[in-house]
Formats: sequence, structure tokens, C-alpha cells
Amino acid sequence: MALDSKCPTGPIDKQWTNHKNNINVVNPANKRLIDVIVVGTGLAGGSAAASLAELGYKVKSFCFQDSPRRAHSIAAQGGINAAKNYQNDGDSVYRLFYDTVKGGDYRARESNVYRLAEVSTNIIDQCVAQGVPFAREYGGLLDNRSFGGVLVSRTFYAKGQTGQQLLLGAYSAMSRQIGKGKIEMFNRHEMLELVIVEGKARGIIARNLVTGEIQRHSAHAVVLATGGYGNVFFLSTNAMGSNVTASWRAHRKGAFFANPCYTQIHPTCIPRSGDYQSKLTLMSESLRNDGRIWVPKSIENVEAIRTGKKKPTELTEEERDYYLERRYPSFGNLVPRDVASRAAKERCDAGFGVNETGEAVYLDFSAAILRYGKEVATVEGISNPSENKIKALGEKVIENKYGNLFQMYEKITDDNPYKTPMQIYPAVHYTMGGLWVDYNLMTSIAGCYAAGEANFSDHGANRLGASALMQGLADGYFVLPYTIGDYLANDIRTGPISTDSIEFDEAENAVQKRLEQLINNNGTKSVDYFHKQLGKVMWEKCGMARNEKDLKSAIIEIQQIREDFEKNVKVPGGMFEFNPELEKAARVADFIELGELFAHDALHREESCGGHFRDESQTKEGEAKRDDNNFAFVSAWEFGSNPSEPNLHKEALKFSNIELKQRSYK
Amino acid sequence: MATIKGMNLTLKIWRQKDANSKGKIETYKVKDISDHMSFLEMMDVLNEQLISENKEPVAFDHDCREGICGSCSLHINGEPHGPDRGVTTCQLHMRKFNSGDTIYIEPFRAKAFPVIKDLVVDRSAFDRIIQSGGFVSVNTSGNTQDANALPIPKADADKAFDAATCIGCGACVASCKNASAMLFVSAKVSQLSLLPQGQVEREERVLNMVSQMDDEGFGNCTNTGACEVECPKGISLENIARMNREFLKATIHKEE
Repeated sequence: MALDSKCPTGPIDKQWTNHKNNINVVNPANKRLIDVIVVGTGLAGGSAAASLAELGYKVKSFCFQDSPRRAHSIAAQGGINAAKNYQNDGDSVYRLFYDTVKGGDYRARESNVYRLAEVSTNIIDQCVAQGVPFAREYGGLLDNRSFGGVLVSRTFYAKGQTGQQLLLGAYSAMSRQIGKGKIEMFNRHEMLELVIVEGKARGIIARNLVTGEIQRHSAHAVVLATGGYGNVFFLSTNAMGSNVTASWRAHRKGAFFANPCYTQIHPTCIPRSGDYQSKLTLMSESLRNDGRIWVPKSIENVEAIRTGKKKPTELTEEERDYYLERRYPSFGNLVPRDVASRAAKERCDAGFGVNETGEAVYLDFSAAILRYGKEVATVEGISNPSENKIKALGEKVIENKYGNLFQMYEKITDDNPYKTPMQIYPAVHYTMGGLWVDYNLMTSIAGCYAAGEANFSDHGANRLGASALMQGLADGYFVLPYTIGDYLANDIRTGPISTDSIEFDEAENAVQKRLEQLINNNGTKSVDYFHKQLGKVMWEKCGMARNEKDLKSAIIEIQQIREDFEKNVKVPGGMFEFNPELEKAARVADFIELGELFAHDALHREESCGGHFRDESQTKEGEAKRDDNNFAFVSAWEFGSNPSEPNLHKEALKFSNIELKQRSYK
Repeated sequence: MATIKGMNLTLKIWRQKDANSKGKIETYKVKDISDHMSFLEMMDVLNEQLISENKEPVAFDHDCREGICGSCSLHINGEPHGPDRGVTTCQLHMRKFNSGDTIYIEPFRAKAFPVIKDLVVDRSAFDRIIQSGGFVSVNTSGNTQDANALPIPKADADKAFDAATCIGCGACVASCKNASAMLFVSAKVSQLSLLPQGQVEREERVLNMVSQMDDEGFGNCTNTGACEVECPKGISLENIARMNREFLKATIHKEE
């Protein structure tokens, strides 16, 4: 099967407009005759469901949480990018497009990224109209801040809760349509299978998580907005319930999975503290504006700190290694996420990690506290202030900027980050890979769409900060509602899709059988045992740095975990009841299969790009080295006869508007 | 941060098979709990233990485990989200307890929040209240006016934001002797009535939302203020006062 991206031709700034002018449109009277299923209620799914219902389609929306307001988009902290140029600092649609392609290390599709930059401005208008309370300046206009790796201030924000405010905006738009009866909402329902009739996605099999009932739902098209798969690593900043199942079931039915190995590992998360740890918590990227990252220069001091003989604050400046400032003098602590994460790993692998697990570095605000303290003392005319006075003044400034994050840190660690440096370590945060989609966001299955983090299209091999929210809402509010009409225009005479067909029978039976197997397995090990095993292999061999030998052994180990899981997993309780362990078991089974594909993809891509670092492909200084001659393509994997034999299809990436360059942050 | 290993605890947990069964408190013991664990990680340890003993694990709602999704909902030693202030259950850490403690863990209790299983309750009443009017009726066409066309005083925007940080967990209802949802409803009413975008539907909104709130079986507010104390996000009682004013005004206008 050939991959047709359906990207429009012509000048890039006219492509989206021309495309919209030339695609099919369904007339309003006919939209009432068409059903669309939307799975997931995060930024992409919530906004898509609301927009499709407003247009007149009959929408069925599904989420596994108890309310559509709880999807994990809600946890995004920093902000949302948009090329508004309100600061008059030279921002433009082109610059946002350029930054995104470059930030993604030239592994994204130009047409899609340009469209994303183009509709970004509508998102802000839309959200303000919905009553999203963005941060404002004293003049009453919207405030912006700067974010990692770009030269302009284009990030809109609502304190440290931007994701929450945007999601509640989408949720309120959805709620309005639910109240009108235009969206039928299924809370606590999980999609467990995609149903394909005559080559087209025509419905899903879902499980009511309260009663355990297996249900058939039909539609003319199915939209998967089910997020990323970071939980394949067990520990990540994702929510506990975040999973790959919807995407993976579609993949097994013929949807190609693109670039599964592109994972974002965020440099500033609170380190793991023990084996019981269930998830990791992010500390916003904005902290790197004022925090300096370091480890001790000597192993003796590392030992002294680990055993509690010395405190980090007792080390002199000369005894500290500010390794980011040392290696990247021009960008310093503000290098992009992938670079900062690898540098932390390099120091910790060399034995300089500062906590009991050996996996932590310091993020130190003491210099900023003194600097701000002196500034305030000068402004307030305090002559000869004592050091304690300066610190107190400086801490106040830091509290105003990052108070909520400092409080969150203290609640988790019981350490006061005003007095002692924070400990941080990289953690899995976002997955750039996902279901392959064309320009219309349709997967390689007709009528099956993927939106938001669930698709692969816009971030290449590394996502820039504050771009995930932008992409989720762009897909759901402004892209999918148009492009889906092009396909559905052929369905106006189809009539309702019957669930009484052999295809629905088969799909339901398959789900039933899968769940029965899990319930009746009577094994000896819990689901979490296997999930942790998988996570360990993924983190150690498919994590921040990868090489051929490790990836090959990861593939074998994951196959062994899969066999062990099939034989020995133990799922208590029954099928037809509220059973969280059964939910987890079905998700982990899919994560194990995805994990293997992930390793195959990482093994095949013998270059370093963005979040994917191959030890074999680096410069003399240890930086990532791309190979544009051999790897300027999207890896789109087709499910083979079994999870160990995927088939690779390639979509070549052409860059006609941006020149390919090696990234440098020295 | 020295780790104190080996905290031993007695847990008294509400077990209830489903909505129609009668529930009761069961006693469990857990050992070697680290003080760095979050409360829900301690529950994970208990559940792993129950699974290994061929017993059914305890069901509880949770998802983001960083205090923002609003899924977790336990009533711990008589307080929603437990003894710490300004945190959800998932952010509560075991260092707030001592070895040898007995901890009572129950679901949020309210007529409008029926128990689904064990510690899991049905909070869909909150969704229905939002569906009755917790929005601005603007289509998501992207053809609205420019975001900066309408300046909003910073103080109003900040107050609207503070109200909008409600996570919809239901602790306000669980803490209230009347099982009132006034703090939750007033937070949304306040957010939208403080912003110019919310003016058009301002009166209709508060009337519809209050009416839905009453239909769902939530009680009235008698100003005891427990909700504000237990709210993990510090939503202020001022919002309830604002909603009462909004409701009164709207009612009078309607009668005119």
C-alpha cells in the first residue's frame, strides 16, 4: 500500500485555503444523517466533538474517566503558542512554522506544520470568546511569555494551569452540545476494538467500565483522540490511565503507526524516590529561566552528599560543575529539552547523580535569589543590606514567579527549594510518534481519523514547549471539522450503520475472548509487575540514548515479557463488574506489543534526531547527528502477521521552504 | 530527607460491591510504608498485597496523580482529601501519618454522589450542572473577534482565573453537612459573570445552574465554610456570596 500524504501543492501559505476551497462539503440537512464517534475528551477530542456537533453531525463521545473534564490535557502547565505577534517582536506564521520544523529536527511534514502555525491565531480568539481566563497585563490585554528554544514571546498562559483552562473551555463547549442532545456522552466507557466494514471504519466495541457490559457503537467515521503512549515506560508524567489501546487496536486493524520511537524526555521532573513510585511529576520548563543546573565536580563530594555528610549548600562555587553552562556557553541552562535531558543522563551515568538512586541533578535558585534580592534592595534604597535581608527579598521575587511550583515540589519531597537546591531528573513526558495520518488527519484506514497527540504529524522528532496544546486544539477545532466533510460527503445516502453485522459480531467476540483470557488466566503475578518489567527495559534500553546492541536485546526481553504475561498474569474479579485491574491488564497487553514496535523503530533509525539519540550517530562533541541522506522519511509501520514482524513503509519528507541544517546550541 | 522505613498502619476501609449492595468497613494492615510515598501509592501497596492473597483489590478513582484532574476523592479520617491543606488525596504524603496509626478511608458521602464500588462515587451530577449553563454560547468557528479587541481589567481576569481553577473533585460537597454544591456551582458562575464574554447569558446561566443543582439533590448553603477549608484549590467563599447576588438579581429581573 502506497502512502499518500494528500498534501496540497502550490505556495505553502496558500495550501490550506486552497485545500478547504476544493474539498467536499456536506450540506447542513445531510449532516443530521451522519454519525461520528469521537474517542477521548482531551483538547483534541473535546474540541473535535464540540465542533462536529455544532456543524450538525450526530456525535457520540467516549472517555474512560468519570467525566470528560478529567483528560490529561488538564495537567499541561506552561502555555500555548500562537503567532499573534501581540508583542511586536517580529513573530509571524512563518516564524512559528520555521521554529516548529527546526525544533522537530526536520522530521515533520512542512504542509501540516504550516497549517498548524496558520490556525494558531484562531485558537486564542476562540478560547477568549469562550471565557478562558488567560493572563493579562495591567492594560487589560493578553500577556505573553517566552518558552524554550525560540527567540520571540508567543506563549499565552494562565499561570501554571494553562492546560486546565483550555480543557475546561473545550469541556464547556462540549457540555453545551451535550445539553442540547447533539453529543451523546459515554463516561467511564473504554474503546477496545475498531470495527471495519467493507474497508471503512464503521464503529467501535466499547466496554462500560461500571457494569462491564460490552457494547457495539456504529458511525460513519471514527475519530481517535486518545493521547500518547508515554506510559509504555511505566513511569512517566502521563496520567495513570493514559494508554495506547485505542490507537493500538486501530493499528492491528490496518492503521499504520508512525515514528513510535520519537519520545520526549523532559529534563525537569521530580526524581524517582523508590520502587513503589507510581508516576513522575513535571516541574515546568519555565524554571530553567532562573535555575542553574549542576552536580559536584568530585566524586568525593557526591559520596558525601549521598551519605548525608555534606549538604549541597556547603559546596563552594569551585566545587560545582554547571555542566550545561560549561558545554553550551551560548544557550546555557536554556538548551532545548532533548539536549538538557541527555546532558543530565551523561553526568549521572558517570556517577555524579546526587541522590540515593544516583539519578538526580540540582536545579539551584540561590544565584537568582541573590541577584533579585540585590536588585530589590537597590530599588528600595536599602543601604548595606545583610545577606539574610537580600535573600529574603530575593525569595519573595522567586515566590511571585514560581510560587505554585515551589509549593508542589515541597509537598512531594518535603524539601524547601528556597533554601536548598531542587533535585530533578528527566522523565518521559510526550510522544511525538503516533498513528500515521494524511493531510486530512485520516489514518491509513478509510474513515478512521487521529487527532492531537495520538497522531504523528506536526512535531517531528522533538516537540517545542507550549506546542502540544496548540496542536490538540488546532486539530479539533479547526482542521478535522473541515477535512472530515470531504470523506463524509460520500456517505449522505448511506443511512445508519447497522451493528447487526458479521463484522460487529467478530469484533465483539474478539474483545470478549481477550478479556475472558485475562480473567481466566489464574496466573501468579499482578498486572503492575509486568508493567514495571516492561518499563524497566524501555527506560534502560530504549530511553534517552539507544544503541544497536541494547535495542536488539530489548526486543528479545519484551518478547519474553509478553510470553510471561500471557502465561502468568493474574487478574482478580470478574468481567461484568467495575474492575480496574482488568482495565489495566488489557492496556498493558497492548503496551507490551507497542514496546516491541518502538524498539524495532529505534533500531531501524540509525541516525540521531530530536528525542531519538543513537550512540552510533553522534558528533565528536557527543551531540546528536542526523543523517538526511538516508533517514529523511517518516517510518510508518504496518502490523504484520504477529507483533514481532512489522512491515515498514516510508513517506519521504521534502523540504522546499526550509533549508536542512544541523542544530547547534553551543 | 531521611527515609523512615517500616511505617506500619491499620487501615479501616469502606468496601461495597456495587451501588445496590450494602457496604461495611473492613480492616487491613500494611507494613514497611515509606514516608515518601503518596497516599495513593500506599493504596497501591495494599492492592498488590490483596491481589497476592487472592482477595479483591480496593477500587478508588485516580488518574493524573498531580492534583489537577480532580479524579481522586477519598474521605480520610473524616476529611475529604485527608489531613493536609491545599492538596488532593494524590498529593497527600505518608509523612503526614505515624507508624501505628489507624486510618479510616471512606468514599465521599452525599445523596447526589451515589457509590459505584468501594471508594468510587458517581459525580456526573456536576457534569449535568455544567451542561445546564456553565458555558458561553459561542460556536467554535474561529471567526470570533480578535482576542485583544476587548481589554479585560487584570483584577477581573485574575479573579475569574481563581474561580476557574476549581477541579470539580466534589470535596466541597463531601465536607458540607448539607451536601451542598454551592462552592462548585458558584465558582463557574463567578468565572463567567466576571468576564465580559459571559454577560449576555449571565442571568439565564445562574438560574439554570441553580435549578439543576437543586434537581440533583444537593443541599443548601448555611455558610459554615467547611467547603472553603477542605477545597484543595482554595476556592473562596466569596464566590458563593457572588452567586447569591447574581441569583437574586436574576430572579428579580425575571419576575419583572
